[in-house]
Amino acid sequence: MTTAVLFSGVSRHFGDVRAVDNVDLSIKPGEFFAMLGPSGSGKTTCLRLIAGFDQPTAGHMEIFGETVDGVPPNRRSVNTVFQDYALFPHMNVSENVAYGLMIQGVPKDEQESRVAEALELVKLSGYGDRKPGQLSGGQRQRVALARAVINRPKVLLLDEPLGALDLKLREAMQEELKTLHRSLGITFVFVTHDQGEALSMADRVAVFNDGKIMQVASPKEIYQHPSSRFVADFVGSSNILSPEFTNSVLGQAAWASLRPEAIRIVAGGSGRISSRCVSKNYQGSTSRIALDAGGQSLTVLLHDGDESIEIGDEVALDWDADKVHIMEDQS
Amino acid sequence: MTSDATTHGMAGSPRDGILDRLSDTFWRRPRLFLALLLAPPLLWLGVVYLGSLFALLVHSFFSIDEFSGLIKYELTLKSYAELFRAANFDIIVRTLTMATSVTIAAAIIAFPIAYYAARYAKGRWKAAFYIGVMLPLWSSYLVKVYAWKLVLAKEGVLSWLFSVFHMEAVLELLLATPVIGGSSLSFSYIGTFLVFVYVWLPFMILPTQAALERVPGNLLEASSDLGAKPAQTFRKVIFPLALPGMIAGSIFTFSLTMGDYIIPQIIGTSRLFIGQAVYAQQGTAGNIPLAAAFTVVPVVIMAFYLWMAKRQGAFDAI
Repeated sequence: MTTAVLFSGVSRHFGDVRAVDNVDLSIKPGEFFAMLGPSGSGKTTCLRLIAGFDQPTAGHMEIFGETVDGVPPNRRSVNTVFQDYALFPHMNVSENVAYGLMIQGVPKDEQESRVAEALELVKLSGYGDRKPGQLSGGQRQRVALARAVINRPKVLLLDEPLGALDLKLREAMQEELKTLHRSLGITFVFVTHDQGEALSMADRVAVFNDGKIMQVASPKEIYQHPSSRFVADFVGSSNILSPEFTNSVLGQAAWASLRPEAIRIVAGGSGRISSRCVSKNYQGSTSRIALDAGGQSLTVLLHDGDESIEIGDEVALDWDADKVHIMEDQS
Repeated sequence: MTSDATTHGMAGSPRDGILDRLSDTFWRRPRLFLALLLAPPLLWLGVVYLGSLFALLVHSFFSIDEFSGLIKYELTLKSYAELFRAANFDIIVRTLTMATSVTIAAAIIAFPIAYYAARYAKGRWKAAFYIGVMLPLWSSYLVKVYAWKLVLAKEGVLSWLFSVFHMEAVLELLLATPVIGGSSLSFSYIGTFLVFVYVWLPFMILPTQAALERVPGNLLEASSDLGAKPAQTFRKVIFPLALPGMIAGSIFTFSLTMGDYIIPQIIGTSRLFIGQAVYAQQGTAGNIPLAAAFTVVPVVIMAFYLWMAKRQGAFDAI
């Protein structure tokens, strides 16, 4: 089976800055692939390398088995949804969406029917005559999406496409993107700094840091078995256990992770350790409790109806031994 | 300090300074402030500028008594009919042709410079660009024109350069071209054209650069991402978005060329341009109505030009 996008030893340096540093990656056909990382971690540069807006300093890249080294963007069967949409301000919605077809020289009547189809797909039928300036952020986002998918690309690149939308709209668009991905069956490569977005939408996630990929795995794997402290910390909400702590509790000195929901609060005197409540954060159906266990900070989820714990209380904790995940990368 | 704090700090306390009271009044009545702000420029624009333009328009509908040389204050189209006499119409065609050529040449030369400045120049290079473009505007127009006369003269720098590269034949061929040629560059339409392009070029570069500056770089990426070759991106995205700026620049280069009467007098043939005709008619000839009618020509042409540009959608990208 071919790979949709292949990076082999790819680097992109800007002067002394190693934006992308010797990355190996293979994205499967039809996959919804997320590139997750903080700003400046190289995820957007990787996307730009796939689109062809940027050229690697070193390494080799393929898209569906064809080498794209030195191939300009206009000769790659890849389309991009830009972060700020990049709609052409002097064209109306229909002209924007038809742009790729017009360039290819598709006959006018076919252009029209395909534009109508694409606008229907993004629920913007009847907006064809509007200018981008007359649309809301969410609508522009849909136009950008229609303009990209109308060309039936092999790979669709999305650069933080939901970043500029408000929370409600973002959640709705997440659903729509997933539906669109299922119905089109093409490879999606999605760049985001929002771990919730990446985990909820993608089939696989690559976590970037400092131009390197820290881990590539399914969202569940990333969440349950982060391979390094960085991943555990960035993907968030997991407790990172220090070697000192694991040594005293488990008898094995190593960095490990333990999810908040795996920790149980037990009656005083029993359990593995005792700790003190440092802060409490009410979040509706649950509360997050921050605890201090002799220098090791731990987060525990407290459900509505659980025994109430106040700041300063002594709390005894327990968990199943197999829930503690020793990280592969101990650096 | 304390008294200051009490008078200014408390709401509704009595204000003693006249400026305080004035600013309070303006704060309560913002329209009054706006009216006062706009009154002087509107008076200037309305009375002095538009008024004189109107007086000009009215004069173009009067005529001159051929025996006494006095203006007859009766409405007539005689002056406009005069414009269509062969000698006068030639002047209009000549000026229009020159203004069009100068505008097109300025646009072609200005575009790459403006594009470089908008897309690539950063920091110090940008400053160098602005100084380079504006520098010629800082010195007197007459000095520049006379300097060009020396450059273009038969024994001038340009002829010398041609001879250095053994290309005298090219220059001779150029000067032997009918209509635009002449005895030397400084006595030909080519010379007039070169100086016009030089003098008005900054007025084309700056608006074009401003328009290009507002084109986000990712539009060009989007265009190539959607399959467009660089030439197609230029035609479909860059050019339409730069067009409003180029039209703005062309208004300057076109109307400044149409109205100028000094450059064609110093450099070029003895044939008149509109500006010179106006100067001659209102001065030595004393025919104010005909001078007025001549002046109306560029105004009408500009109005027509802008109307056409708007109809063609040149301002859609604004």
